[in-house]
Amino acid sequence: MKSLERHLRALRKTGVKALVPYFMAGVTTDWVRHVEAAVAGGASAVEIGVPFSDPMMDGVVIQEAGLRSLANGTTLDSLCAEVAGLTLDVPLVAMSYYNVFHHYGLAASARRLADSGFDGAIVPDLAPEEAEPWRDACHSVDVATVFLVAPSTPSERVTRIAAMSEGFVYAAARMAVTGRASDLGAAPRVVAAVRRATDLPTYVGIGITTPEQAREAAQVADGVIVGSALVRTILDGASPADTEELVNSFRRALD
Amino acid sequence: MAEDTVYMSTPDEFGRFGEFGGRFVPEALMPACLELEDAFLDAWSDREFLAEYQSVLADFAGRPTPITPLARLSERLGISIYAKREDLAHTGSHKINNVVGQTLLTVRMGKSRVIAETGAGQHGVATATAAARLGLACTIFMGEVDTKRQELNVFRMELLGATVVPVTSGSRTLKDAVNEAMREWVTCVEDTHYCLGSVMGPHPFPWMVREMQSIIGHEAARQLRDIRVGTPDYVVACVGGGSNAAGVFAGFANSSAQLVGVEAAGGAAVGHGSPGVLHGMRSLIMQDEFGQIEEAHSISAGLDYPGIGPEHAHLAASGRARYVEVGDEVIIDALRTLSELEGIIPALESAHAVAWLIREAGREIPLGSSVLLNMSGRGDKDVAQVLSILRSGS
Ligand SMILES: Cc1ncc(COP(=O)(O)O)c(C=O)c1O
Repeated sequence: MKSLERHLRALRKTGVKALVPYFMAGVTTDWVRHVEAAVAGGASAVEIGVPFSDPMMDGVVIQEAGLRSLANGTTLDSLCAEVAGLTLDVPLVAMSYYNVFHHYGLAASARRLADSGFDGAIVPDLAPEEAEPWRDACHSVDVATVFLVAPSTPSERVTRIAAMSEGFVYAAARMAVTGRASDLGAAPRVVAAVRRATDLPTYVGIGITTPEQAREAAQVADGVIVGSALVRTILDGASPADTEELVNSFRRALD
Repeated sequence: MAEDTVYMSTPDEFGRFGEFGGRFVPEALMPACLELEDAFLDAWSDREFLAEYQSVLADFAGRPTPITPLARLSERLGISIYAKREDLAHTGSHKINNVVGQTLLTVRMGKSRVIAETGAGQHGVATATAAARLGLACTIFMGEVDTKRQELNVFRMELLGATVVPVTSGSRTLKDAVNEAMREWVTCVEDTHYCLGSVMGPHPFPWMVREMQSIIGHEAARQLRDIRVGTPDYVVACVGGGSNAAGVFAGFANSSAQLVGVEAAGGAAVGHGSPGVLHGMRSLIMQDEFGQIEEAHSISAGLDYPGIGPEHAHLAASGRARYVEVGDEVIIDALRTLSELEGIIPALESAHAVAWLIREAGREIPLGSSVLLNMSGRGDKDVAQVLSILRSGS
């Protein structure tokens, strides 16, 4: 079992709901300060976006953050170097479209992530059917690959995906790209489907916008992922202190 | 290359052509891709479906399109050129073949709406046309830059009852229109089919679109036999995503003909690309040293695409087909030459294939060779752009 999974299973045992904020690497020069602030605010793990020119699964907020980050010259190497300088006591999960790793080299990417302190990776356009080369590349390093289950995933696929996922299963709350939303969508149904297939921790993401929604999602799931809601405020000029406060408001709603 | 290799047959169970193809999409779209694969397999072996597809192509789209010997251009270049006249198909390009098939399939799957991306607007117009015929709702995603370059086609789509959404993300051209269509598809897969316009995207699209375009090559092979030309020495087509090329190549893949795809120099995925993953497929992609996708730049919106269909990447890797490039600067001349000598104004896309023939006749193409040229579309959509280029004197 990889460290990410050990850590997140242990967290669940303590009865704490996981809070996983998402940040786009390189979006501002002080982006790692936001990561640290999120941990101070009560994040259980942090998801770090690797910018890609063509983010098919992302809505306007994360698209904008990605383009800004690329304009700032962010690369896999540059963000890994910054992450390597952090000392945090929570796991870090990279979120990247497959082409970035494919181009860098799968084994080289996996090693680079591991050496920089990442514990896992989410690759939203890497279907389970195509994932073998990437999983092989991660086999000998301590990087867990997290897979998504969608509201449209039929139950036999849920079983297959749950069996491949490491660390946790990402339950997509809705049929949509990342963004902000006014309700929880299909989250309860998707979480229930995942629960029938596995005892891995199951976190809800996509559209979680308010602490109230996070609390509601955590009634069925083991944790929540909050992306666009945080990224929007950073694009609008939020300071690390603002981020800490916002993350903490989610933390309080979950506890 | 083994003697008994069969080219352009079915991909493997993962949708791969050699090392290219596959299915790289978010989980939310996987069930829709699997459903589509099943529906296509089922329909494509159903005689009734095939009969309906063929009758719509005949009665509505005007097939078969003729083969025209290009006598004066042939004489000038010293080679024998036969044009397959997809420009005479309804809506002005080969795009109609694919959308007739995909809209019939949409109805068969019980869906009531189609969405599509478009570059030059030809695929958008074709989709809107086929959707109108079947009473399907239709939304077209088009890069904002392209809506300006191809204003008339935007209006055409609207006349046909479609909604055109200008895409303002990324480079605001074809690749971003594909991203946006994919993002939209995630939200509506239940009742909506994504009518992809070329031999690209996740499995089964590259294979399905090639099959629906292969009527070009099969017709042409029969027509060339009928006029006693037989197998031509060369089969030449322009390549954006590669659908007209795949369609015409399919009729000659296992013949002695040399297959040549002509890319725009500013959108040459075989010429300047490397293996990558974009828009659901592993193929040759133009990208920078960090794996960020590069923007294509071509005089023709329809060739402004940084990738190429995975089957072409495989045909290139296996050596069965060759991919060459021509630059923007020779396209207007090629368009004028064909217009003046043959009375055919080609689409800027198709003019790339003409330009290659003009450049290479007597060089790469030995004098006396016979050439099948796929005239993928007519130039009506481009005349305003050509006029402004000629007026500005560049
Ligand atoms: C007339 C014409 N030819 C060619 C193309 C390029 O597409 P493909 O390479 O799929 O044939 C287009 C695309 O818009 C087109 O309109």
